[in-house]
Amino acid sequence: MPLLEVKNLQVRVDDREILHGLSLTVNQGEVHAIMGPNGSGKSTLSHVIAGKPGYEVTGGEILFKGEDLLEMSPDARAAKGVFLAFQYPVEIPGVATMTFLRTALNAQRKARGESEFSTPDFLKKVRAVATSLNIPQDMLRRGVNVGFSGGEKKRNEILQMALFEPSLCILDEMDSGLDIDALRVAADGVNALRSSERAMVVITHYQRLLNYIVPDFVHVMSKGRVVKSGDKELALELEASGYAQFEDVAA
Amino acid sequence: MNMVLAKTNGGLALGEAFALASPRLPGTGKVAERRQQAFEAYERIGLPHRRIEEWKYTDLRVLMREVLPLAAAPDTAALARASAALKLHAIDGARKLVLVDGVFAAKLSDLSEPEQGLGIRTLREVLEAGDTALQAELFAPDLSNPMVALNSAMMTDGLIVDVADRAALKQPLHIVHIASGAVPAAMFTRSLLKVGKAASATLVESFIAAEGVGTYQAHDSLLVSIGDDARLDHVRLIEDSREAFNISSSVVTLGSHAHFNTFGMTSGCSVSRYQAVIVVAGEGSHVETNGVNLLNGRQHGDTTLFLDHAVPHCTSREIFRAVLDDRSHSVFQGRINVRPSAQKTDAKMMTRALLLSDEAEADNKPELEIFADDVTCGHGATTGSLDESLLFYLRARGLSEKQAQALLIQAFVGEAIESIVDDNLRELAIAAASRWLAARS
Repeated sequence: MPLLEVKNLQVRVDDREILHGLSLTVNQGEVHAIMGPNGSGKSTLSHVIAGKPGYEVTGGEILFKGEDLLEMSPDARAAKGVFLAFQYPVEIPGVATMTFLRTALNAQRKARGESEFSTPDFLKKVRAVATSLNIPQDMLRRGVNVGFSGGEKKRNEILQMALFEPSLCILDEMDSGLDIDALRVAADGVNALRSSERAMVVITHYQRLLNYIVPDFVHVMSKGRVVKSGDKELALELEASGYAQFEDVAA
Repeated sequence: MNMVLAKTNGGLALGEAFALASPRLPGTGKVAERRQQAFEAYERIGLPHRRIEEWKYTDLRVLMREVLPLAAAPDTAALARASAALKLHAIDGARKLVLVDGVFAAKLSDLSEPEQGLGIRTLREVLEAGDTALQAELFAPDLSNPMVALNSAMMTDGLIVDVADRAALKQPLHIVHIASGAVPAAMFTRSLLKVGKAASATLVESFIAAEGVGTYQAHDSLLVSIGDDARLDHVRLIEDSREAFNISSSVVTLGSHAHFNTFGMTSGCSVSRYQAVIVVAGEGSHVETNGVNLLNGRQHGDTTLFLDHAVPHCTSREIFRAVLDDRSHSVFQGRINVRPSAQKTDAKMMTRALLLSDEAEADNKPELEIFADDVTCGHGATTGSLDESLLFYLRARGLSEKQAQALLIQAFVGEAIESIVDDNLRELAIAAASRWLAARS
């Protein structure tokens, strides 16, 4: 059974249809890149998979491990193993990062019927992950993402990914706002989490990111549909020729 | 026995009610005369209503309708119920001073081995046999406010606490008001705290009820003077029963280079009003006054602060947060007065309300009256709902809707709670907020 099956998905925001019948199949252990120009619906797809309010699904379905994902609340999806790394992680003043991480991890474990982590076990786990990502302890004491640089915010997303151990990671424009060094650190973090049990969907506008996170498959989106799929060579082709050719295809 | 003290019942009934209660009120002679004057002052206006500007949003004629009869002195059963309630709210290491149904309960209190420089008496003692100067001080508050006047007329008991010059109390004083709830009744308490020069003290006030208690009225007032170079940390937690009324007033006066840090949180009561007058009367003093209202159902919570900057070179900070669910109603009126001579005053006030329901109402009324020309003053007020993007972020990480809301509500009130310096007291306030959050849904 595929991990994720998006079948003929149609999505509206207000009165405008953004996705016009998008299909995508992702199996365990695969890394898929979704590329496309601005406004092609890449982020909409990631939001709909994570369950963000404000999107109306007018047709099609999303199956995750064979279950209807669209019927689940965002927190139920997280507990099932869906993780969205946000393009713009929000700042939450007054909520300490550690409190947030522990509440989230235990909520997911509880929803799965697993025992909650004890405080020492939790601290040990966070420290180990933070160290591997070069995240200083004082960052964990601050409010969630408050005063973090762009790179720190992205690393905090990867920290959560490592901590929650999801089976599907969707990385929404992880490269936006990062310089090349920050990008490399973030990509190393992601690569460390690649495994045969976990799939990733890497959404990006630029091919650059795919030099660091090398995908198994590349899909090109335009105007709410996947217009071309291929292997990693497709990304290089796009880098050379741009998106214009695909806009013609979609039109 | 009909002892209704509302204006609406006519002058005769009112006077009779006061006359009936009088024999049970401590003090004779001059004290009784002052009570009579105070009662007459109350009678002229009666329960305040919306046509009185200060009470525009808290119309007691509509919300409270009547003043209940004076509570009976607690019997053994009442003290036992109070004692059980006290266990939940006791603070480790604090000195408990307990008032049950408006009467000091020595058995539940801790009067043993007072620290050096700490003096504790009851209001009853002082009114019955105390010195006349102190009695006069107890009647000093302005009778033009009808609820202060009623409290002056009816005050039955309370604590008179002296902290000697240069005494630094290590142990917080914890005044606990407990309603035992035998029958619906009103209690009238007044306490006085004098913090001597270069002294320091911590005062916590809790208003609670025994289990299963319904309606009652707590009428309280607190008079505080903070001497030169002295410091008072003050926390009040209003966790009265959901059918209770709490009408409290305080008058605080600061000397020079004094520091007053006060935090109040209201999560209980059907209707509550806290009116505080803070007079900064000595140069170089600093006031931090912070508060939180956590309301749901049809609760009504009113905090009305008047901060009077009378002298130069003083600073004040007010942070107020209200979290409102269902059809609750929060009122915050904060007035800062900067007198002509109070140059170099630095006063700031910020009030924010968080509405969790379309039917909740927040009235924020910050007012600045500045008569000096070299000052830094500012105020702000905002009202909004929980940020959807933050809620989604938390839910995408596995938090349920209620958990996500609770975390954001805690963060919202956190800025005000963080102002409490003492770790234990801050934990106490956080625990009270958590109890409110846990009771939601």
